Amino acid sequence: MNSADIAWMLAATALVLLMTPALGFFYGGLVRSKNALNTMMMSVSALGVVGISWALAGYSIAFAPGNGLFGGLSRLALSGIGLEAQGTIPHVLFFSYQGTFAIITAALISGAIVERMRFAPYVAFLFAWSVLVYAPVAHWVWGGGFLSKWGALDFAGGTVVHVNAAAAALVAAAVLKPRKDFARQAILPHNVPFTLLGAGLLWFGWFGFNAGSALGANASAALAFTNTMFAPVATLAAWTLLDLARSGRVTAVGGATAIVVGLVAITPAAGFVSPMSAILLGAAAAFPSYYALLWRASTRLDDSLDVVAAHGVGGTVGALLTGILAQKAWNGSADGLLFGNPRQLAIQTAAVGAVALYSAGMTWGILKLVAAIVPLRASAREEGLGLDVTQHGEEAYTQGEGAILVLPDAPGPAMPVSEPVLAPGGGAS
Amino acid sequence: MLESLFRAEVRGLTLHRVQGHGGETERVETYRGTTVKMELSEKVRLEIGVSDHFVEPTVRAILAAARTGAVGDGKIFVLPVEKVYRIRTAEEDQAAVTPVG
Repeated sequence: MNSADIAWMLAATALVLLMTPALGFFYGGLVRSKNALNTMMMSVSALGVVGISWALAGYSIAFAPGNGLFGGLSRLALSGIGLEAQGTIPHVLFFSYQGTFAIITAALISGAIVERMRFAPYVAFLFAWSVLVYAPVAHWVWGGGFLSKWGALDFAGGTVVHVNAAAAALVAAAVLKPRKDFARQAILPHNVPFTLLGAGLLWFGWFGFNAGSALGANASAALAFTNTMFAPVATLAAWTLLDLARSGRVTAVGGATAIVVGLVAITPAAGFVSPMSAILLGAAAAFPSYYALLWRASTRLDDSLDVVAAHGVGGTVGALLTGILAQKAWNGSADGLLFGNPRQLAIQTAAVGAVALYSAGMTWGILKLVAAIVPLRASAREEGLGLDVTQHGEEAYTQGEGAILVLPDAPGPAMPVSEPVLAPGGGAS
Repeated sequence: MLESLFRAEVRGLTLHRVQGHGGETERVETYRGTTVKMELSEKVRLEIGVSDHFVEPTVRAILAAARTGAVGDGKIFVLPVEKVYRIRTAEEDQAAVTPVG
């Protein structure tokens, strides 16, 4: 084991964990104020639900020795995970680091289904999806599964995390159906500063996500770190020019989106391409996502916070450009199309296709299964009142006026704490 | 509801976001160990000045669009106005509340 590697991976794990609450801020700012807490909780809950599912089963399915499709069951409930070395770091640290990825990947899906899904089925979906979809896909690429045997390059999860989550998001948005107000009235972000704060914290955490994927304090981590800084820089610059050319106004929501698109796109390539290639990759990634966003808004698909345009399109572009721009001189393992290895691009394409198909199919199945037990959608009335009050019994922005304290042993009406009481009104006023 | 008002050609109005109680179902919220009953709900208050023959269509537009059938939908009060001036042109009364163009 190596002390420097351990030190860096400890820090990187904390950085990636921060990305999930950061995503809550990013998404939370983009919804209406009556759904702010619900949207942020969709990310925050993943920390609990997926953290547990990862410890119980996810890690084993992803990383225990197994076949090409699934890992084994030998690591269920942390069995055999101790202080012994896994690479150059303790096994427990490797387990924790990978767990942060499972958490954020599942949380990413929520952007497609905000402002309308009941919370209990969402929690059930998170648990099932993280075990049945995320863990096997992580095994395919990082756990010795068939995509790694093909030689697919995915440094930090462009395919495993972003294409995977976006395919699930596309299906989830279609199964959940559009919000009742979608395309009927203007639905505006209630707190754009939150979204910018979330984008900034995501970028900060992403250094752990990408540079940590080197699994050590080494030159590969330094390359991934540099690329994680400069690819989004280029995407942001390109997005600024696109905004200027289209409307003459550079938007803040656009800037926050550009940062995320750039980060997504560089994720699969981070440790495989030169910094100049990363800048090109970042700039190129702005275009398809920019136009996908504009086009999506004109369709009947209510992928509310554009998970598909940012993570699906961005992740696919990143994965394919990895197959074009990868350079053995920088990564020591594989060249891409531009450096004389056209086969790599074919492998990348196949990997994206395999992951997207599996994720889409399984997501559909899981949602239909959950829907057979409990309804997925909040009622139209609950949607109108907002999910903060109806799902959580809280509001993001309370005035404090008109609130009457209910004392625990007061003889007042008995009341459940999780839901508003539907008592009859007190007569006409 | 705004859409319905604009369709009825009511083009001038003022909107306030207010907190009110209209006998609607009570809401219980919990913050850590603190449970509270929210007696005030978010409402909007509209003030609309119209000429006499426009009162009826305006009221009907609001009745049609703002009604959910639940307690707490709100009230419409029709009040007489003593005098109206349009500041920009110093027009008075009927002319002052007739939209331009």
